[in-house]
Amino acid sequence: MRPIRVLVAKAGLDSHDRGAKVIARALRDAGMEVIYTGLHRTPEHVIQAAIQEDVDVVAISLLSGAHLTVVPKIIAGLRAQDAGDMLVLLGGIVPDEDVGPLRQAGVAAVFGPGTDTAEVVDFIQGHVRTGSPA
Amino acid sequence: MAQKPAAEAAERAPEFRTLSGRPVKRIYGPEDLAGLDPARDLGDPGEYPYTRGPYDTMYRGRLWTMRQFAGFGTAAETNARFKYLLEQGQTGLSVAFDYPRLLGLDSDHPRAEGEVGKMGVAIDTLDDMQRLFDGIPLDKVSTSMTINSGAIVMLCMYLAVAERQGVTWDKVSGTIQNDILKEYTAQKTYIFPPRPSMRLITDMFAFCSEHAPRWNSVSISGYHIREAGATAGQELAFTLADGFAYVEAGHAAGLPYEAFVPRLSFFFDVHMDFFEEIAKLRAARRIWARRLRERYGIEDERSLRLRFHAQTAGCSLTAQQPMVNIVRTAIEALAGVLGGCQSLHTNSFDEALALPSTEAVRIALRTQQVIAEETGVTNTVDPMAGSYYLEALTADLEREAEAYFDKIEAIGGVIPAIEAGFFQREIADASYQYQQRLQHGELAVVGVNKYTLDQKEPVEILRVDPEVERSQVQRVQAHRAGRDQAATDAALVAVGRAAEGSANLMPPILAALKAGATFGEVCDRMRAVYGEYVEPIIF
Repeated sequence: MRPIRVLVAKAGLDSHDRGAKVIARALRDAGMEVIYTGLHRTPEHVIQAAIQEDVDVVAISLLSGAHLTVVPKIIAGLRAQDAGDMLVLLGGIVPDEDVGPLRQAGVAAVFGPGTDTAEVVDFIQGHVRTGSPA
Repeated sequence: MAQKPAAEAAERAPEFRTLSGRPVKRIYGPEDLAGLDPARDLGDPGEYPYTRGPYDTMYRGRLWTMRQFAGFGTAAETNARFKYLLEQGQTGLSVAFDYPRLLGLDSDHPRAEGEVGKMGVAIDTLDDMQRLFDGIPLDKVSTSMTINSGAIVMLCMYLAVAERQGVTWDKVSGTIQNDILKEYTAQKTYIFPPRPSMRLITDMFAFCSEHAPRWNSVSISGYHIREAGATAGQELAFTLADGFAYVEAGHAAGLPYEAFVPRLSFFFDVHMDFFEEIAKLRAARRIWARRLRERYGIEDERSLRLRFHAQTAGCSLTAQQPMVNIVRTAIEALAGVLGGCQSLHTNSFDEALALPSTEAVRIALRTQQVIAEETGVTNTVDPMAGSYYLEALTADLEREAEAYFDKIEAIGGVIPAIEAGFFQREIADASYQYQQRLQHGELAVVGVNKYTLDQKEPVEILRVDPEVERSQVQRVQAHRAGRDQAATDAALVAVGRAAEGSANLMPPILAALKAGATFGEVCDRMRAVYGEYVEPIIF
């Protein structure tokens, strides 16, 4: 069984990459295969990368406030390409009242500032729909 | 002073370390000052090597400038926030631009969707910029503008607005961040590759030294390096290394040092480790003065005197129990003041959740006012000098920075080190180590890994109305429809030609903006010539 594959994605114009890099490394240290998109990716880039890399998890990082625009587009794109079973996570600065709409759009979980990386690892291992636990 | 063996008195931990991981002894004494020569290493305030402060009277003469970074929504909304802050006793302005601006795009660019006016103010045209400063005479306030890759265009907009207000350029004062080097390593709002970006900066040095002599043409920023996860020592070393790179670039472009070095200013983070932060700020002044004199033979005291803006650490703010952030910010601000800042931004308690609300900004400003007017710390200059611990820390940070300068030099300088991913790797490592220490409980963050609450405190947050984006898109499109297209096109062609050649870019950019070109269009012309930077993937 192959390890869980994760795409860590910086979507939109947001340039804060500290959290994305810490998460990428923590997931790698937990035995997952991690691909990091780099900064300033459009939703189309992210969708393409997720499909090309055949990942199990798309972990999007956004701190610019553009999450309600960017994240649903990525999910819609994944679904349109039969990749709707990928686990989509969001990390960053997301007001509480936006969490409901994001969950409805298909985000499995939203992780805010101060999250322990172990919590993200556990969540992925408990919820991933494809691949196998690391 | 003999130290007692550790076994005699039990301590809370086997070892004590600063926030940046520096070991700390139980006690510091005269032996820690053995290598310190006060005349050589400290000097008096206002005297070489400026360890004790850039000016002789410091806050007895003039308090620091209270400068709260602000910007959101449209120019009119931010203008209202500026006026509110000035009414509340703020003494300088600081503009935050939104992401489309930081990346050189107009509001109606497809990549700008969802980002217009979110993290800062949306400015597409000269008319927008004029609205931003409506009723604020630009010869009466100093303005700081946080923008880097598109800085040359935004500075031209500012100068053009001053002109429209009837203010001559010799009277405008302020700072443009314009520190592109740290964009590649930390803040990451780059557009063009490093080498052409440096040319834009030396063009600005030359133009400002001739036409806007009171303008600080770069704010060499450690803030973002630290926020990206660097340690205090890395922040110090990488920022000063960037500073020396600008000194060398200006000189290589044929400018005499005295024409631009006095207008270089700095911007540091002030994090939670109180003494380490004060030491970092004192060490910065000493290193800058010493290296400028010893390496470059600069003697002009306006150049040797490092001046800096400080901001309390955004990354120390917590989303959990956010009111506690007021306390953190107050302690950090005090360290900034004891470190001798020339201007200060205090973060608002709600900034780990959203852009600050008016109430949160007022409390942040009041925090500075309390330090300035109630605590008495401003009554004497550099009250920390001579502290065994603090002077030892200052010297240690200086040594750490010197060791980094050697490493950077061995790679071939700052730009080759960026291209090799050196800084990016150092910062990613430090940030991961910090996270590990936090998660192992070695570092405490109240409300996050200690003293947590099950229930969230409700906080009213500021939200930017999506209507802002729609109206801004309409405004820029109406502007394009109403301008003299032939004149705009001709002026933009001239920008492209100047970018390809070596003539100073500021005059054609000013002409293009006045002809009606938008911010994004001018950036596009430069993009067409210089290309876009793609960073190495490092984590």
